[in-house]
Amino acid sequence: MLEEAKNPFGPTLYEARKERIAKGAQIVTMLMAVALIIPMMWIIGLIFVQGWPAMSIDYLWQNPVGGGVAGGIWGPLIGTFFLTLMCLLIVAPIGVLAGIYLNEYAPDNKATRIIMIAVTSLAGVPSIVHALFGLAAFVVAMHMGKSLIAAACTLAIMTLPVIITSTREALGAVPRNFREACWNLGASKWQTIRTIVLPNSISGILTGVILVVSRAAGETAPIMLTGAAAYLPLPNTMPDKLMPYYLGDQFLALAMHLNVIARDVPNMPTEMKFGSALVMLLLILLINSAAIALRIRLRRRKRW
Amino acid sequence: MPQTPSSRKIRANLARYTETFFEVLIKTCGWSAIVCVLTIFVFILFHATPALKEISLWKFFTSTAWSPHHEQYGAFALIVGNLLVALVAMVIAVPLGLGAAVYISEFATGKTREWLKIGIELLAAIPSIVWGFIGLTVLSPIMVHQAGAEMGTNLLNGGIILALMSVPLIVSISEDALRAVPDSFREAGLALGANKWEMVSRVLFPAARNGLLAACMLGVGRAVGETMAVLLATGNTNQIPHSLLDPIKTLTATIASEMGEASRGSMHFSVLFLIGVLLLLITCTINVVADLIIKGTKAKANA
Repeated sequence: MLEEAKNPFGPTLYEARKERIAKGAQIVTMLMAVALIIPMMWIIGLIFVQGWPAMSIDYLWQNPVGGGVAGGIWGPLIGTFFLTLMCLLIVAPIGVLAGIYLNEYAPDNKATRIIMIAVTSLAGVPSIVHALFGLAAFVVAMHMGKSLIAAACTLAIMTLPVIITSTREALGAVPRNFREACWNLGASKWQTIRTIVLPNSISGILTGVILVVSRAAGETAPIMLTGAAAYLPLPNTMPDKLMPYYLGDQFLALAMHLNVIARDVPNMPTEMKFGSALVMLLLILLINSAAIALRIRLRRRKRW
Repeated sequence: MPQTPSSRKIRANLARYTETFFEVLIKTCGWSAIVCVLTIFVFILFHATPALKEISLWKFFTSTAWSPHHEQYGAFALIVGNLLVALVAMVIAVPLGLGAAVYISEFATGKTREWLKIGIELLAAIPSIVWGFIGLTVLSPIMVHQAGAEMGTNLLNGGIILALMSVPLIVSISEDALRAVPDSFREAGLALGANKWEMVSRVLFPAARNGLLAACMLGVGRAVGETMAVLLATGNTNQIPHSLLDPIKTLTATIASEMGEASRGSMHFSVLFLIGVLLLLITCTINVVADLIIKGTKAKANA
């Protein structure tokens, strides 16, 4: 009341209260946003501090011994590498071509809308259901057994919607004029796609591929039922060390290794657990940072 | 090479064959998503049929006795556990996610917004097994020492981990929904004398209501279907919890932990596939409905 009397042009009490509420809301929402980042920082820091003592060339280069209580994580690392590579070889061509179909060829009709719904539902299928499907289709029905190739196929189906969606978005960002100019020069549809559309959207497609790598390297549930072993004694001799698994063999993978040593093994040194978690976390963050960097570069270099 | 008429004809034919080849290839791949979804349904349903025929569905949905050795398959406690842990996660994740989305979309500017978005994207990238590991090794001792829980891995532990996992999805979809509201709405609100918060709460929220709802639904879908994190963080005890600090078991964790010991072709094996059918139905419904809501909102914004 007094303040109002002092300055007749200042805010009334009601207005001042509204202003305070608005300021408060801004601060509260900011704290909420920060509250999401802080646990992440804290967790990464904690895993880093606890896992760092385990880091050494030997830890990365030696195969696990005695169920993972000693030795290193070379076997799981190389297993994750081969698994991701195989998954990518299967899913990248199919996914990119499907993205091309949806953006360039598909007519705007009911069938296309159904395909889009299928892509959405496939993206929403829980990973454990993908695991069941991989077990039923690849391991049992197609007689692959629990193997590297069965796990890679399962992961490929799981990551298919990721690559379709990102390819479609990347192609959709290429302006229509580019295509029309090319058609007017007499190029066919496929020639236009090959020489104009794909080169102009390659960074966007690559971002999708990188995201698939990150997803495939991090998933545990699907490979757990389709081929990843809890522990295998692997030879530490040279030629076998670089190629320890054939396509039909069971294999070790980093995600599965972390799952096993996190709970099942008695007498497990703490730093061994946190070491595996640290390597896994760094791997995923590195891959995703690459995707983010690529996207930022792409936005800067855009020519239209 | 000199171009004789015949070589030109061969080249033209070759170009036409290439064109047809790629068109057929692209069309085939275009349908791959539908083929995948259908085969997933067929295979899971096929292996679940023996269970559908043999066991009583009434018992499956109402009994809490789950003991594969005695041929007892009552999944009621598992379903309740699954839904409860998703509920706890949403109670934490929805307010946080919506608040963060409002801040990123309306209040934050320039570099702050960019860094926050990158941070949330990285949060989304952390694999579920690492989240489970965090629940098991970091959060669990805190539960025992600070909250006085008997078991460190419990409903609250799993809920917190799931909340952190599903929040990035909620943030990014809500932010898209807020962005889709035309700027003229914001300007009209501000021109009428509303301050920023009044504009957000009275204009933006009603206008983006459907998109925000879809964001929360997708969060629920993510939380219900998550496996590894809840397997490690919820304690895996088949019971109806009486407090937040009781351990539980979920449908997803049941499949993951018991599939290894179920022999192929046995009833246990088939019942686990039946759980898969249930999960598939729940998550597909949630995702398709949320997607239709988002599409509807976009169509309205463009009109």
